[in-house]
Amino acid sequence: MFAYIVRRAVIGVALLIVMSLVTFILFFSGAFDPARNACGKVCSPAQIEQTSKALGYDKPILTQWGSFLAGIVVGRDYPLDKKVREENPDLVTHCAAPCLGYSMVNTDTVNNVLKSAIPISVSIALVAFVFWIIGGLLFGIIAAMTKGSFLDRGIVGLSLIFYAFPTFVVGSLLLRFVAIKWQIFALPVYVPLTQSPGLWFTNLILPAVTLALFYMAAYARMSRAFIIEASTEDYVRTAKAKGVKKVPLMFKHTLRAALTPLVTMAGLDLAILLGGAIITEDVFGFHGLGLLAVTSNSRQDLPTIVGIVLLLSTFVIIANIVVDILYAYIDPRVRLD
Amino acid sequence: MSAENVLKAEGHAAMTADLSAPPVLTVNDLKMHFPVKSPGLFRRTVGHVKAVDGVSFQVPTNGSLGLVGESGCGKSTTGRLITRLYEPTGGQIEFEGHDIAKLSQRQMLPLRRDIQMIFQDPATSLNPRHTVGSIIGAPLQIHNVLPKNKVLGRVQELLEIVGLNPEHYNRYPHEFSGGQRQRIGIARALTLQPKLLVADEPVSALDVSIQAQVINLLQDLQTEFGIAFLFIAHDLAVVRHFCPEIAVMYLGKIVEIGDRESIYGHAHHPYTQALLSAVPDVKQATLGGRRERIRLTGDVPSPINPPSGCRFRTRCPIAKEICAKVEPPLLQIGPRHKVACHFPGEMGKAPETPVTSRLLGVDNHGTPDPGASPVELPTGPSFSNTWFDLGNRTIHTA
Amino acid sequence: MSTEQSRSYLTVRDLVVHFPTSDGVVKATDGLSYEVSRGKTLGIVGESGSGKSVSSSAILGLHRGTNAQVSGEILLDGVDLLTISDEEMRRKRGKDVAMIFQDPLSAMHPYYSVGNQIAEAYRVHNNVSRRAARARAIEMLDRVGIPQPSRRVDDYPHQFSGGMRQRAMIAMSLINDPGLLIADEPTTALDVTVQAQILDLLQDLQREFNSAIIIITHDLGVVAEMADDVLVMYGGRAVEYGPTAEILVRPEMPYTWGLLSSVPDVTGDVDAKLIPIPGNPPSLLHPPSGCAFHPRCTHRDKVPGNLCFTEMPELLPVADGRNHTKRCHLANPDEVYAVEVLPAIAPDLAEEQR
Repeated sequence: MFAYIVRRAVIGVALLIVMSLVTFILFFSGAFDPARNACGKVCSPAQIEQTSKALGYDKPILTQWGSFLAGIVVGRDYPLDKKVREENPDLVTHCAAPCLGYSMVNTDTVNNVLKSAIPISVSIALVAFVFWIIGGLLFGIIAAMTKGSFLDRGIVGLSLIFYAFPTFVVGSLLLRFVAIKWQIFALPVYVPLTQSPGLWFTNLILPAVTLALFYMAAYARMSRAFIIEASTEDYVRTAKAKGVKKVPLMFKHTLRAALTPLVTMAGLDLAILLGGAIITEDVFGFHGLGLLAVTSNSRQDLPTIVGIVLLLSTFVIIANIVVDILYAYIDPRVRLD
Repeated sequence: MSAENVLKAEGHAAMTADLSAPPVLTVNDLKMHFPVKSPGLFRRTVGHVKAVDGVSFQVPTNGSLGLVGESGCGKSTTGRLITRLYEPTGGQIEFEGHDIAKLSQRQMLPLRRDIQMIFQDPATSLNPRHTVGSIIGAPLQIHNVLPKNKVLGRVQELLEIVGLNPEHYNRYPHEFSGGQRQRIGIARALTLQPKLLVADEPVSALDVSIQAQVINLLQDLQTEFGIAFLFIAHDLAVVRHFCPEIAVMYLGKIVEIGDRESIYGHAHHPYTQALLSAVPDVKQATLGGRRERIRLTGDVPSPINPPSGCRFRTRCPIAKEICAKVEPPLLQIGPRHKVACHFPGEMGKAPETPVTSRLLGVDNHGTPDPGASPVELPTGPSFSNTWFDLGNRTIHTA
Repeated sequence: MSTEQSRSYLTVRDLVVHFPTSDGVVKATDGLSYEVSRGKTLGIVGESGSGKSVSSSAILGLHRGTNAQVSGEILLDGVDLLTISDEEMRRKRGKDVAMIFQDPLSAMHPYYSVGNQIAEAYRVHNNVSRRAARARAIEMLDRVGIPQPSRRVDDYPHQFSGGMRQRAMIAMSLINDPGLLIADEPTTALDVTVQAQILDLLQDLQREFNSAIIIITHDLGVVAEMADDVLVMYGGRAVEYGPTAEILVRPEMPYTWGLLSSVPDVTGDVDAKLIPIPGNPPSLLHPPSGCAFHPRCTHRDKVPGNLCFTEMPELLPVADGRNHTKRCHLANPDEVYAVEVLPAIAPDLAEEQR
């Protein structure tokens, strides 16, 4: 098990290094001048050159990539040119390891820019995840157990509607009616968990529900299908022939088999959501990773984009490892080696 | 009994084997070892599954060799090696005088016309998205043997040969029943007029009443087109019906090989006897109750760590000390009969002392005996004119 | 109540199982009747789609909750299983009637240990602790011949060999000492030597537990060695029914002849030809008119008129009043069998009888 995690982690790190190289080449050797983007629109050529030097854009791309990787391990000091730092000690910004670069647009390290956005996205994603897993499984089980009934058809029909509805419409409606018209909740603002767990949660309900409804619809349909498929398995028939009651038949025998494919999907869906839910964040004005990605993109803030890409990849890689470990836990036939 | 007499005695079934002609297929010391990887950070090869471990046999021109044994004995792997779906770890596969064991996939391509395979499950071995016509016609186009406009005619001819309506060439596999699908699989294998058909459990997925139809079809095709068969099956009765010669496999090795009469009438290996006696017999209905049989205990051991000496000894009712120490050679004991056992004999008539000890230069307990003089035994895939006479324990020449 | 009923543990009368589908009604079983006593074995023989498995699922009530239409009578120890409530039926499953299935690998849950699944069968019907159920599971594993049962009890099904899995299934089915055991193709997925071991085990256990056994199979050899009575099914109906020695030695229905002549026999005459039954098994959706077997029957011309095409024959006792029923219009099956069928399938026997 330990050896397995180590091996997977090594592969994951290798993958991240390749990812960083690819994004580096794509962004920093592309059509536009990164120094110009970093400096801004009204920069004189001298200023651009200064920026270029400060951020190391004057160096060959592989050298830049190398010092970026080194920065992740040992940290960096900006501006990169040692002479400039010695001349202007008040301008120096230290970027501690794992340093993901410096965003001139935000005049801050990428780490600091991400640091404020990560908790917001992670909070929305986690709360939504809990909602959609509970809701999706619950409706899926009810629909599967009453297969063919009006209840089943109702659940299937509703889930189709929610699945098809654009997130921004659901979000806007919830915001308009639940928060503004009926005032069941205050207008959601992000409150850090450390500040007030209660407020953190109540403020997250609306964005999380918005996000969860879409996934809940998908998961209700999927779990219904997986459960119905699993209930035709021979071992479920065996359990029935043993005289096992209906409820344990569902939860002990059928559901566990149906869960296996859902775990894979849930893990990857969560990983991607941890990297930001753009539309939901936009509707509720939560400045998470999704919004950050959009604004960084429109401001051509390349260092931040590279940071977000690597962060998202890390989430996906970790989720993959976790899913595989869970898999081995659920299915004794799977051996981690 | 000479070879011709043996054949004459066997009635109608697949009589065309020509034993004087060189065999179409000669397999010598064929081995397939699949590597087993260790768990842990570095995945080293820690062992091998010896699926096939030194198998030798011949398939006569126009003849049929049956390969029987229980699951995991390596019979299907052997079939796949001969059609070169796997690359063997060692040994030779001589097809019409050429060793094909080490040929690359590209070098194999022209030979694929001559060696075809019929699979067990017609439902999964036919592509559901292709029409029957394109499935059967595909080999003609791959090997470029017929101009496009003549393919359809040949496909219809083949459908007719296997007893299907030639007008149904544009239907899909799911529109046919299981037996009909197996006929399609047979037609596909016949398309290029192969010289050797490897049939891997061709009837075991079919309903009993349909099995006979397919077996009869295969027999008719053999007589008509002179195809040699390697017939792999676990059903001893079907193999007996189809094949004049049979090889019995256990844990990657042939334990007994011979003509039908030797194997089914005078089996000398305890495993063959156990297999035969385990088959439930309809005729038992007259007597009621179960047939007398050799009861094998336990399961087949792991092919990763097969038992020392004779591989069957862990389950053998007559195993003795020598069996754990020395591996019995596949000894020829009759004109067309070889057996790999230290104590070969018909059921209940196994000798008290090992017949092989002197030949191998060991004493009766398997310990090397400096006094004994080992004999050069005829080995290899073919049957020789000299064999070991079990009665007086001497080499006998025909 | 007749004496006959008090003797047999299971009596099935006029059982009908129909599945309505969008294409029409699939008549899986139509008017099926048979009985089994304790300590006796009934073999049900037929091909896929003959309805041989459907009737046994109906005995276990596995059709409940589906859209299957079931009618007739299934009397288990005098209780009609078709009239009791779902909960009463559940209490009988695994306790009074148990089942073992063809493929023990797919019939056991891959995620639970063998011991867990066997103990569950005990705990469902007995109010005992986990520990006691586990001890009982180990005892049963030992009884069915699993070596080192107290260690193997925690293994998962994939860690067992095929034969051991089927032994474990048998342990699971017999843990509550059921009066009736239904074995649906119990050895089809197994190798011959393992099959022989499993059949031995079933016979030993039957002697010990005195249960009634229904063994469903397509293998006439298994039936010959295991069953006291045979029921041959074709197209959802019984076509021949009687004591094994009768049915397999003096069969009177052309389909049974076909089954006997189309399977090679490991001790049989090599001169014997395989005579396949032409055609394919019938559709249960649109069964043939008259006798369901007539499209494949080579003897239908011996029946005067168009009787085989128009009239379904009744399941009637054979001519000389032996305990043997058949569904066929042929007037002189004895003669046809002796003259035409037996010489082809077993020339040695035909010689003897002459």
